[in-house]
Amino acid sequence: MAEFNTSVKNQGDISLLYLNGYLDAHTASVLENNFSDLIAKDKFKIVVNFKDLVYISSAGLGVFMAFIEKIRENNGDIKLTSMSDKVYNIFDLLGFPLLYEFYKSEDEAVKKFEETDKLEK
Amino acid sequence: MKSKSKIKEKKLQVKSRTENLSKIREFIQNFSSSAGIMQDTIDNMMLAVDEACTNIIKHAYKSYPDGEIIIKIKYEDKKLIITIIDYGKAFHPESVPEPNIQEFYRQHRVGGLGMYLMKTLMDDVKYVSIPGKYNQVLLSKSINSPR
Repeated sequence: MAEFNTSVKNQGDISLLYLNGYLDAHTASVLENNFSDLIAKDKFKIVVNFKDLVYISSAGLGVFMAFIEKIRENNGDIKLTSMSDKVYNIFDLLGFPLLYEFYKSEDEAVKKFEETDKLEK
Repeated sequence: MKSKSKIKEKKLQVKSRTENLSKIREFIQNFSSSAGIMQDTIDNMMLAVDEACTNIIKHAYKSYPDGEIIIKIKYEDKKLIITIIDYGKAFHPESVPEPNIQEFYRQHRVGGLGMYLMKTLMDDVKYVSIPGKYNQVLLSKSINSPR
């Protein structure tokens, strides 16, 4: 059976969420729980690293839609990084680049959060 | 003498559970690889079939775990035809609007994304529902350049 797992690392007030494996209607609940946990801990600045994500279906994309508004209402964001062309293509087909920021590397996404923080201070 | 075109066909029957989605994708992968189809095309077909089966599990069977899903795949005359049959609630594709991502964002909805992907990734998607009997979705894709 295809597997999906995640891990979370903290970098200051930014949470780095790493995805690994196959994200479909069966495994999407794992990612939902990750976002719920982060929100419960008032962690609203989230960088999602897709480097080890092999596969995504619309059920996986739906998870990002479900949490983004709550996160942005709290001055946070979900920034997406390090995606393979294959996975990016699915996000692109559904128009996600209109609503989400995509970065080549995790560092760029973290920097973007830090720059926004500086501007707000 | 008329030469016969090469026809290959396989069938998979699974219960309507999301845990079977990986088995379904593997079935499409194995059949298509052995038919010599390019991996990019296989990836698209696996996703389209995953979306169709996810819709069946969630909407036709409303997450009832013991419904039957039958998937048949056929490669004939450089065309892949995938037929998916279920015995759940009838499906009316015309009731699913084209998705608009910004509208979805405002309304917190995600329904319809899967169907849009299926139509985008395959050449043709056809639905037949015989109420009280079965639903069938037919996905097809022309394979222009095998590996």
